[in-house]
Amino acid sequence: MSAVQTGAVVGGSLGPHTDRVEPRPKGSRTGYLLLLPGMLWLLLFFAVPTIQLLATSLYDPNGSLESGYAMTWHFGTYLDVLSAYRAPFLRSLGYAVSATVLALVFGYPLAYAIAFKAGRWRNLMLVLVIAPFFTSFLVRTLAWKSILADNGFIVSGLQAVHVLGPDGRLLATSVAVVTGLTYNFLPFMVLPIYASLEKIDLRLVEAGKDLYANGVTSFRKITLPLSMPGVVAGTLLTFIPAAGDYINAQLLGTPQQYMIGNVIDNTFLVQLDYPVAAACSVILMAAIVLMVLVYVRRAGTEDLL
Amino acid sequence: MTSRPHPDPEQGSGHTAEAGADLRLSAVTKRFGEFTAVNALDLVVEQGRFFALLGPSGCGKTTTLRMVAGLEEPTSGTITIAGRDISRLRPYKRPVNTVFQSYALFPHLDIFENVAFGLRRRGISEVRSKVHDMLELVELGGYEKRRPAQLSGGQQQRVALARALINRPQVLLLDEPLGALDLKLRRQMQIELKRIQTEVGITFVHVTHDQEEAMTMADTIAVMNQGVIDQMGSPAELYDNPATTFVSNFLGQSNLVRAAVVATRGDDLVVEAYGCTLAAPGSRARRTEGTVWLGVRPEKVFLARAGAEAAEASGPAGANVLTGGVVSDVSFIGVSTQYLVRMPWGQELTVFEQNSGAHDTFRPGESVDLRWSADHTFLLDADQDAHAGDQSYAELVGTPSA
Amino acid sequence: MSARTPALPRAGRWVADHVVMTVALLVLVYMFLPIFFVVLMSFNDPVSRLTYEFDAFTWDNWTNPCQSPGMCSSVVTSLQIGFLATLGATLLGTLVAFALVRHRFRGRAGTSLLIFLPMATPEVVMGSSLLALFSSVGLAGRLGFWSILVAHIMFCLSFVVVTVKARLTGLDSTLEQAAMDLYANEWQAFWRVTFPLVFPGILAAALLSFSLSFDDFIVTNFNHGNTITFPMFVWGSAQRGIPPQVNVVGTVMFLIALVLVAGGGLVQRRRAR
Repeated sequence: MSAVQTGAVVGGSLGPHTDRVEPRPKGSRTGYLLLLPGMLWLLLFFAVPTIQLLATSLYDPNGSLESGYAMTWHFGTYLDVLSAYRAPFLRSLGYAVSATVLALVFGYPLAYAIAFKAGRWRNLMLVLVIAPFFTSFLVRTLAWKSILADNGFIVSGLQAVHVLGPDGRLLATSVAVVTGLTYNFLPFMVLPIYASLEKIDLRLVEAGKDLYANGVTSFRKITLPLSMPGVVAGTLLTFIPAAGDYINAQLLGTPQQYMIGNVIDNTFLVQLDYPVAAACSVILMAAIVLMVLVYVRRAGTEDLL
Repeated sequence: MTSRPHPDPEQGSGHTAEAGADLRLSAVTKRFGEFTAVNALDLVVEQGRFFALLGPSGCGKTTTLRMVAGLEEPTSGTITIAGRDISRLRPYKRPVNTVFQSYALFPHLDIFENVAFGLRRRGISEVRSKVHDMLELVELGGYEKRRPAQLSGGQQQRVALARALINRPQVLLLDEPLGALDLKLRRQMQIELKRIQTEVGITFVHVTHDQEEAMTMADTIAVMNQGVIDQMGSPAELYDNPATTFVSNFLGQSNLVRAAVVATRGDDLVVEAYGCTLAAPGSRARRTEGTVWLGVRPEKVFLARAGAEAAEASGPAGANVLTGGVVSDVSFIGVSTQYLVRMPWGQELTVFEQNSGAHDTFRPGESVDLRWSADHTFLLDADQDAHAGDQSYAELVGTPSA
Repeated sequence: MSARTPALPRAGRWVADHVVMTVALLVLVYMFLPIFFVVLMSFNDPVSRLTYEFDAFTWDNWTNPCQSPGMCSSVVTSLQIGFLATLGATLLGTLVAFALVRHRFRGRAGTSLLIFLPMATPEVVMGSSLLALFSSVGLAGRLGFWSILVAHIMFCLSFVVVTVKARLTGLDSTLEQAAMDLYANEWQAFWRVTFPLVFPGILAAALLSFSLSFDDFIVTNFNHGNTITFPMFVWGSAQRGIPPQVNVVGTVMFLIALVLVAGGGLVQRRRAR
């Protein structure tokens, strides 16, 4: 038991009878008092809204904001939504998976280099990974619009080496959206992987090199498995926000690249069709939870290699 | 318990040691759920003593210390210092200070502020000169501006000591303070601690599981086992005249042989063990009739060739003799040689012989007799486990020795 | 081992040493490319509003950042919300972290879940569900500063709890016992020992909260009413072509972040020395 616990209650006024240790009840009330405001906030503005969202998705779809909605347990909205917005749903998952894989491919070497190769530049490199992400997300995404512009240096370069045709472009394509998504969530991949790599006892790697003689094998047999917790955390932290994002699709793509986030934004805020929008949100959430569970289970039991 | 007025520790100089400032624990019990860590413990530590609470981990010694410090509350019983009941006072109201096992130096404060912490909390003046003097005492003058992380383990240990001592507590509690140091540094700090204790004259209560450490430093040792004190006394008393098998094994090594008391001869008791008749002083017998453990320390025993007469064999006259042993193992360890001797009844006894060149050496397989002065024999209660407190035996047979 | 193996580890090591570092540096370039463009475009004098290319150099955007109508007031709004959300989330989150680490209570699993879920929920779901709640209780027409603040405190809270909890868990509780042993009462032990040692964690949590709040677009977009935060301003003007002054704000934010992150590292190193 700690000093703080009673300190919070007793405060500055130590009367004569605080001389004695009060027989403290098991699990003092202080704990609940400390929890109360924060948990109440989350309950009220996270848990209750999530339930409200679920309810909204089952409202009578014929209602409107003006006339009000009636609860009709209308599960049909889900079927309508799934058939009407199949493409954006699949696109969301496809883009999110691509961005996650790319972020892993880019992020792992970076994390590895920071952990093992950077030496005295380690802290600087970490700062460089973190710092850009304190600049506005939107402003950075808009910068990609300049970078991938039709007459920007990347497009010209790719045209020169004939990867892109003379009329080929990057902006307003899936490539642009995935590039933006990968870029935006890359640090969420790098930092957890770095954290788990940094914890690895280098003597293990040396022992591995001793046993397997070959650096690649010892990486595959020792370093990689030991960094798996970081990889799992990183992929989740990348996949979840990427699947729900719609800024990249909106700014770097066209309606042909729209993701489910765009649909939710549009039906909620423009069409004001709350039941449909809520059903989309619930399906997105459910799909994510399902994929995460499957993934975590596989990552937990199998070798993933 | 007296009810005379006593100086309030909050009032400045009230902390200086004074005559009769004994630490007294009466029937102190501490339970954690079902587990009884300390069981009805009675203990008096006289003022000015270097007192060691010795025992294996899990014996309740640290819990006892923490109850004195106020970091645990006794389930029942009272703790008094100079007659004043402190059992239920908050830690900061007690005239005691602690040197923690992990040192617990405040990492965000420099050495000066660490040492000054207690003085500042009590609003005592002349902090600067007091801290300076205290750092000189522990030979860390000039380290005031360093942070704890910049100091070596031994230096941190001395800061922890200074931080506690500067408050001139009536009792200083030390919780395995040398446990984290390497062997050489530990020896050095043992001497240092003893010097400082003599210099300041404050009661030290030192908790340790290291019997050698306790014997080197303390003038009184209490051996604690399973929540109670087995025996208390000076190091020599405890070593020469152990009261239990636990003490006989935990402090040094002992040979314990099953025997039965058969007669009384003057001040001595006559015992019989596997056909040999032996004697033991009545003053060293914890049991005077029936079955006993007959004990002798390995270095008190001399080996003699089997059948050799007392006159020609090295060893004391009027000695106890156990015959029929066969040397089963010999290890040479420099100053002495350690023999294992298998007795006819299957037990292996240990004998240490000084390598003084004054007596014979033996090889495995040779038949020998064991001789020692009857004065060095002690008798213990045979109901006790002969291996209690024997750390190497516990490891050997795999019983969990905490 | 046979004769062919010596070459392999050497090659492997060379690959590990150089290729990995090269890839890492390329990835860093990828991460900094947009920043470079943000800085570059902050000096742009665009010919038309819809351009995303560098046309001509000018200092004007830096000397008159508020020229773009509505931008500066949106920055002020974001700063206000960011400040208040940070204050609220840091306070509530720190209390929860202390409760989690230092106290026993029933329903620990449920509590942990409620803290974890907001971090695992896509923003679009959080934003839309809050809107669903607000409109169901008839507040849809009155959304604004307060609803943004409520939402921001909500999604920052979990991050604060996690950050402060990590710091508090690593704190040796014997330090507090030592303080009490040295005549500090509970209150003094907390303010002299516990708080200063947990403070770096609280500070980190506050910085994280502020950046999350200042930068949030998606949740805000659902609950902003008529209040325009800086991200809302950027979003709105992106349709019409963004004013170059936006890049000035982006550059300044980057510089402040760099100074803070680097400064934090420096302080930590000095502490350790």
